[in-house]
Amino acid sequence: MTDTPLPQDAPLPEKDPSRLSLWWQSDFMYTFKRSPVAVVSFTVFALIVLAAIFAPLIAPYNPFDPGSLNLMNGFSAPMTPNAFTGETFWLGTDDQGRDVFSTILYGMRISLFVGAAAVLFAMVLGITLGLLAGYVGGWTETIIMRVADVQLTFPAILVAMLIFGVAKGITPVEYRDQMAIWVLIIAIGLSDWVQFARVVRGATLVEKNKEYVQAARLIGRTSPAIMLRHILPNVLSPVLVIATISLALAIIAEATLSFLGVGAPPTQPSLGTLIRIGQGFLFSGEWWILLFPAVTLLVLALSVNLLGDWLRDALNPRLR
Amino acid sequence: MLAYIIQRIAQSFLVLLVVGAVAFSMFRFVGDPIDNMLGQERTQADIERLRTQLGLDQPFPVQYVKFLAGAVQGNFGVSYRQGRPVSQILVERAPATLELAAVSGFLAISIGIGLGVFTAIRRDGFTANAIMSLSLIGVSLPTFLIGILLIYLFSVELGWLPSFGRGDTVRIGWWTTGFLTESGLKALILPSITLGLYQMTLIMRLVRSEMLEVLRQDYIRFARARGLRDRAVNFRHALKNTLVPVITVTGLQLGSIIAFAIITETVFQWPGVGLLFINAIQFVDIPVMAAYLMLISVMFVGINLIVDLLYFSIDPRLRADRTGGH
Repeated sequence: MTDTPLPQDAPLPEKDPSRLSLWWQSDFMYTFKRSPVAVVSFTVFALIVLAAIFAPLIAPYNPFDPGSLNLMNGFSAPMTPNAFTGETFWLGTDDQGRDVFSTILYGMRISLFVGAAAVLFAMVLGITLGLLAGYVGGWTETIIMRVADVQLTFPAILVAMLIFGVAKGITPVEYRDQMAIWVLIIAIGLSDWVQFARVVRGATLVEKNKEYVQAARLIGRTSPAIMLRHILPNVLSPVLVIATISLALAIIAEATLSFLGVGAPPTQPSLGTLIRIGQGFLFSGEWWILLFPAVTLLVLALSVNLLGDWLRDALNPRLR
Repeated sequence: MLAYIIQRIAQSFLVLLVVGAVAFSMFRFVGDPIDNMLGQERTQADIERLRTQLGLDQPFPVQYVKFLAGAVQGNFGVSYRQGRPVSQILVERAPATLELAAVSGFLAISIGIGLGVFTAIRRDGFTANAIMSLSLIGVSLPTFLIGILLIYLFSVELGWLPSFGRGDTVRIGWWTTGFLTESGLKALILPSITLGLYQMTLIMRLVRSEMLEVLRQDYIRFARARGLRDRAVNFRHALKNTLVPVITVTGLQLGSIIAFAIITETVFQWPGVGLLFINAIQFVDIPVMAAYLMLISVMFVGINLIVDLLYFSIDPRLRADRTGGH
């Protein structure tokens, strides 16, 4: 932004800059490009997401296809060849001859999917309840915020475990493995909505007394429209920060639950399930079954965490 | 002031009642207790008899009150899986978790405060910066990975410390302790580090930022101008004034140590309450889940209440705020 106003008779710029280049030259992108931590962690995260999305194309084997497995290949160390085709197992195989590299690619898919879906669920729930509490006030607000307070007393992971346990009790035995992923998403999402609701409510309380909201009310817009079209866009930037940090937390929460055996089932292994399986082989010397999924999880969590930290600083006007 | 305390206590009871209702509905609606307790060969008469015996034919409010009355007396019913009273199992398991939590809490507080003060005083030193960077990784590392890493290093590779269990324990009354035997103490080292590490980094970072804030204040400059020695300034003037937020956070973290013990206990197969809870979830053992929920909420609500009241009595400014406006 320039401080000197353009003279009235200045010639018009040749052509309007496209939205893309505007965005590329914005303050936000400027601080991004200037921060090596942000660039590196974003690149790593983007690579992991791409690898997860295109897992079926990248992975040399399909770990869920029993036809491609052969027990003769079980416990192959990293960089050893397949006994039949001669291809190299880059990261070795597990006890059933499954290629560790392929299981990690598919595992990342489940970890990222559960994490992202859980955060999305928490975000929608939190924003809705936060907007309602802030805009409507009264009893609605009291009830929503009391529930939030009570839930905040307990660590999120504990809440998620309880919800998972109860859901497991309700679903019939034959559907448990199929439903596990969805139950996980709901459990982690429900354990994490409070943050969003509190921030959105706080911002809504500030926004609802501003003139543009009064103006919108005067021209007869309905309350839902005011909440969604007018207030929501103005409270989104802190939500974005929380969503990023929540994503790291949700990925770790999912891995923890799966590691404890109350998450993704072995038929749909996430990174946490893989680590749980690998832990069993630690003492017999097959370290690669554990190490590679663990490192992947660590890199994933660290990159999202650093990105979230940077985003918080970048969007915080006091630190500019 | 009295009004605030009474209001706060009433709030805590309300929370416990709500949690009780959640636990009760878990009992009542998740799976059929009759189904779980009677085997395949049952008659309609058996079902009716057990239903009356368990009081399941009474209206819900009556059942809820009875459930609460039982819970207050420590009666949570019979575990579906082990067929023993839940309270008995909990009493057996509690010492393991409490000893683990106590040692981790002690480690977290003592090392956390020590490192926090150190990194604040030497804020540009090499060691201090190294500690700060390491702590960032420590925060991102999931607890169970730290545990596995320690097991791999100290049990598998070096063979110094045991990787699971409590070692030998000594029975004192109903309490079993691992503090009195060598193998018990050895078994405690890895789990307590695993459990305490996150809280330690948290306390360290908090103490550091609070110290940096306080060290900028005028009264510290005046204390130095008066010619007081560094140690007196750092510890008697600065550290003391950082302790209020530290106490709050530490208090609240005490509860999460108990909760995160679930993860550590699973990694190290530590025979505590947390492992019991995880197994209960895996086998949908509702009475154990409900009892654990009640127990942990009493603990959390109690800690919160104590921290709030403590905070209130330590910081006089808060008293004026609370009674005056909001």
